[in-house]
Amino acid sequence: MAKIDLSEITAEHLYVNRRRFIKGLGVLAAGFALGACATSSPSPTPGDEAPVAGQNADELGDALTPFETVATYNNYYEFSMGKTQVVALARDFATSPWQVEVGGLVQNPRTFELDDLLKLEQEERVYRLRCVEAWSMVVPWIGFPLSRVLGMVEPKPEAKYVRFETVYAPDQMPGQRSGGYEWPYVEGLRLDEAMHDLTILATGIYGKPLLAQNGAPVRLVVPWKYGFKYIKSIVRIDLVEEMPTSLWMAAASHEYGFYANVNPNVPHPRWSQATERRIGERGRRKTLMFNGYEEEVAHLYEGMDLTVFF
Amino acid sequence: MEGSRKTLWLRVGTHLFGLAPLVALACAYAGDRLGPDRIGEATRWSGRLAVVFLLLSLTPTIVAKIFGLSTVLKARRALGLYAFAYAAIHFLIFVGLDYGFDLDLILLAIRDDRFILVGLGALIILTALAVTSTKGWMKRLGKNWKRLHRAVYVAGALAVWHYAWSFKELRPTPVVCGALLGLLLALRLPPVVRWTGRLRARD
Repeated sequence: MAKIDLSEITAEHLYVNRRRFIKGLGVLAAGFALGACATSSPSPTPGDEAPVAGQNADELGDALTPFETVATYNNYYEFSMGKTQVVALARDFATSPWQVEVGGLVQNPRTFELDDLLKLEQEERVYRLRCVEAWSMVVPWIGFPLSRVLGMVEPKPEAKYVRFETVYAPDQMPGQRSGGYEWPYVEGLRLDEAMHDLTILATGIYGKPLLAQNGAPVRLVVPWKYGFKYIKSIVRIDLVEEMPTSLWMAAASHEYGFYANVNPNVPHPRWSQATERRIGERGRRKTLMFNGYEEEVAHLYEGMDLTVFF
Repeated sequence: MEGSRKTLWLRVGTHLFGLAPLVALACAYAGDRLGPDRIGEATRWSGRLAVVFLLLSLTPTIVAKIFGLSTVLKARRALGLYAFAYAAIHFLIFVGLDYGFDLDLILLAIRDDRFILVGLGALIILTALAVTSTKGWMKRLGKNWKRLHRAVYVAGALAVWHYAWSFKELRPTPVVCGALLGLLLALRLPPVVRWTGRLRARD
């Protein structure tokens, strides 16, 4: 993994060329490209420049979901409940300047400028994304482990959970102007889940800065959980003692639990979670326990009844 | 002669109206214009069409009763059959395109899927109604035919319920469909029919 010096900021075409050389390393250091784009265009639309991922499959050999799909099929209620309508509504969403306040039960509360986060070593993570609605994708994220940021602020011993909050910008987010939900979006993780190496803050996708419709400029990615846990456009992260109430728990706690771990054996009260439709594929596939990350995360839930803590 | 020509146009019009969305959907699917999740989108569109045609098939009886316009009854059977056809297409997309006719996966899914079961209930009723929609079955069943075909309201309720459950949260569209179904049912209740009959007699 190469550390990225900001003096290396390079034009995208050079960066794409260089990509060919480092392809195969499995780890993509894209910080410079992110830094270069963060200040210019807040939300590049698909087609601006060629999106390039460092890998073309996940560790199971599942092919990446095409960039066009990832960039146009979005579940982002702050903009629209229609997945294909988000792109247009998010086009002018301002992601610069951007700050993320990290506080609560920590020794060193700190406000990160987006650039501070982009200066952290960025790497590519190809993860399966399983939505609670029983569809899935394979996405090449760029980001860094959340534990990096948590380490910097030093959680106090009484901190048990991490609470995340999305920006509240009803003037820019039409969905936040309509009722039905308690905006802003809130999500939470147990501290050990948040510290797990698979848990990342994503700042990019397909070798490019995160698109507005994908939750720019910074979102959470927790690949063994349902997609609604991947809170987008984060402005606040708090370490807390009590389990936070997420937006979906507040909306329907009997259907959407705090843990929301992908589990084919625990159905949603109304529908099965045993299978999923990989977007773009015909036919279904069986949903894997913890979305295929069982080996890495099952120990976090040892002794817990997953039908109760769903 | 004039009358049968009128109903001929009504019948042809109903069929054009019933087939047009199917052609549009098939072309959009074949031309890959349904967005990234085209199987899901085809499933949703065929389902919506089934609900719409089911609601439409309930209107001729009411229009005939309230406005005394019995010509529209000629369109009723076709509208009902389109409701069934779209429900059947919806089901075929689900088992064929979505599940690739994989019986193991389908059974695995149905095991804990109340949402699918509700939809399946609606489809079973609509199938029974489609099969018994012929003149032969009308004769054979006599009085019971009318009783059996009132089950369309049960199918409608199940279909709207299934529609509402297809979303993560309660959305307005299925609620509107449910309200329309309730209204159409209410308009057939004897007191309402008597009341509208009196209104008509007055003018």
